[in-house]
Amino acid sequence: MTTRIETRFAKCQAEGRAALVTFLMAGDPDPATSLELISALPKAGADVIEIGMPFTDPMADGPSIQAAGLRALAAGMSLAKTLGLVRAFRKTDNETPIVLMGYFNPIYVRGVDKFLAEAKEVGVDGLIVVDLPPEEDDELCIPALKAGLNFIRLATPTTDEKRLPKVLTNTSGFLYYVSITGITGAATPDYSKVAGAVARIKKSTKLPVAVGFGVKNAQTAASLAESADGVVVGSALIDTLKNSLDEKGAATAKTIAAVTALVSDIADGVRRVRKAAAE
Amino acid sequence: MSTQLQNSYRTGPDERGHFGIFGGRFVAETLMPLILDLEKAYEVAKADPAYQAELDDLAKHYVGRPSPLYYAERMTEKCGGAKIYFKRDELNHTGAHKINNVLGQILLARRMGKKRIIAETGAGQHGVATATACAKYGLECVVYMGAVDVERQKPNVFRMKMLGAKIVPVQSGARTLKDAMNEALRDWVTNVADTFYCIGTAAGPHPYPAMVRDFQSIIGKEVRWQMEEAEGRLPDSLVACIGGGSNAIGLFHPFLDDKSVEIYGVEAAGHGLSVPDGHAASLAGGKPGVLHGNRTYLLMNDDGQINEGHSISAGLDYPGIGPEHAWLRDIGRVTYTSATDKEALDALQLCCQLEGIIPALEPAHALAYVTKLAPTKPKDHLMVINVCGRGDKDIFTVAEHLGGM
Repeated sequence: MTTRIETRFAKCQAEGRAALVTFLMAGDPDPATSLELISALPKAGADVIEIGMPFTDPMADGPSIQAAGLRALAAGMSLAKTLGLVRAFRKTDNETPIVLMGYFNPIYVRGVDKFLAEAKEVGVDGLIVVDLPPEEDDELCIPALKAGLNFIRLATPTTDEKRLPKVLTNTSGFLYYVSITGITGAATPDYSKVAGAVARIKKSTKLPVAVGFGVKNAQTAASLAESADGVVVGSALIDTLKNSLDEKGAATAKTIAAVTALVSDIADGVRRVRKAAAE
Repeated sequence: MSTQLQNSYRTGPDERGHFGIFGGRFVAETLMPLILDLEKAYEVAKADPAYQAELDDLAKHYVGRPSPLYYAERMTEKCGGAKIYFKRDELNHTGAHKINNVLGQILLARRMGKKRIIAETGAGQHGVATATACAKYGLECVVYMGAVDVERQKPNVFRMKMLGAKIVPVQSGARTLKDAMNEALRDWVTNVADTFYCIGTAAGPHPYPAMVRDFQSIIGKEVRWQMEEAEGRLPDSLVACIGGGSNAIGLFHPFLDDKSVEIYGVEAAGHGLSVPDGHAASLAGGKPGVLHGNRTYLLMNDDGQINEGHSISAGLDYPGIGPEHAWLRDIGRVTYTSATDKEALDALQLCCQLEGIIPALEPAHALAYVTKLAPTKPKDHLMVINVCGRGDKDIFTVAEHLGGM
């Protein structure tokens, strides 16, 4: 079975370019604006959409994404409503892949089997769960694969040759290479090292490799698009979203336009870099 | 001789860090290689007599162990039942049991060649112990502490600064222990090469719960021979307070297979268990979930979002509990109960007045339960309570609640 994720990466590859993967938090700054924002992403140039599942204690995220999650929770967001958001998105878009990204506890509390059935039903394509390393594959990864969802794993600069096979086992859809050791939205990566790391990973897998952490604008996106099959942008979008809010933290007339303008700009950066089409 | 149970309660965790369904290694991929390295280094150290000898020497000459087992005669008279003994871990260097664990981890960090130590702290006792060991060994020390706790545990903040540690007040979330732990994990994810994360309680990803328990088990091991010396037999009951649960597991673990020994863990009931978000009793008011690297009982809502607990004691104000306690509760080996802020304050005053010992607010919760339990027991019942910290750090908090004194 070919998933939306596989189809989309293959399409971008055929076009000779990297895919743009965008991250926004579900329900940030409020559920209605969030749906409008996410629905506007494909037209602005997003190829794959990652949607954050809000959590009170996001241990691997920096201040921007932490704050986005808390704004969403304060606006009444929940895992059930995040699934509802995907269902609503799918009414107008049945092609753009949706990846839910977050932490295990809300899924565990909802019930793994129940969550997977619901996710599949509303049109989720893949999952990234930050605090589930391969050592805990029985918890969610294996059941997710059985349910027909992609389970996307993170590789990091601490993932050495010895560990990489373990990370690649059971990973599907694409591999997400985190280009720095650190939290989201922190330092800018050393691009020369990223290219080497991506090349090293690609020797061990046929999966597309998307690179994230530290993408701020068209230029940084273009630098990563040289070597990666996909470029992930998150904190920069969320910072732009936050700067468009009023003093009470509510969406304004500028919110949608500001975020989509940055997505378009970064999409241009990604598309500027031409690569050899798939052999 | 005591009767040993056929199926031991003391063999956990399994090789993947599980105590029953609890425990595990729920961490970001960046940290996974570090945790595996740590596990390996600890296994090697544990088997090395030189490591154990160094730790024993420090326990004796630096910490002041063994801590006394003291017969609390007037508390015993007042309660009118069981014979009450205090295990006096508040007399340790730095004023609490925390140093037992810190020295074990810092010696391990040195063996692993790590130069920078990070820690989270709630009441500040673990932060002070870590700052102390880092000063002794010339290591850089960064302590994450919730901004609320920085405010309510000022004496310990000053102590850590005098010892050369850098204190980072954490402004995210509820600004207490849970958020300090999040921030320490973020630091670790960022500074993987040179940094050792010295966790203060028997929680977190494997191998921390087992490792911290091993270091704290010196408490229970001493109680075994001390009680043998004092009374010629094992105690009949053990009582300890529980936040993350390191002092408690340290006292309990050496006795888990002695079925004649009743074991009680006392959680913080804050304003009362029926008050929403008004307590920090994860076993009484929580359910199984995953946070900070392990599966355990957590205070949370129906959506799996973590709730902010409350306790007058900064050291118990944590929405989770060590995974081994979660397991011991489910299999019924340990009885878990709770004491409110008010009960702890009353017990603290009673202890001051009757024994001339100012306990920390944390063990005051255990004392509060002792004042209920001891009267129900016969006079030949031997009860041990772990007085795991001294109250100097709490005098301002206590004064505020008692109306300025």
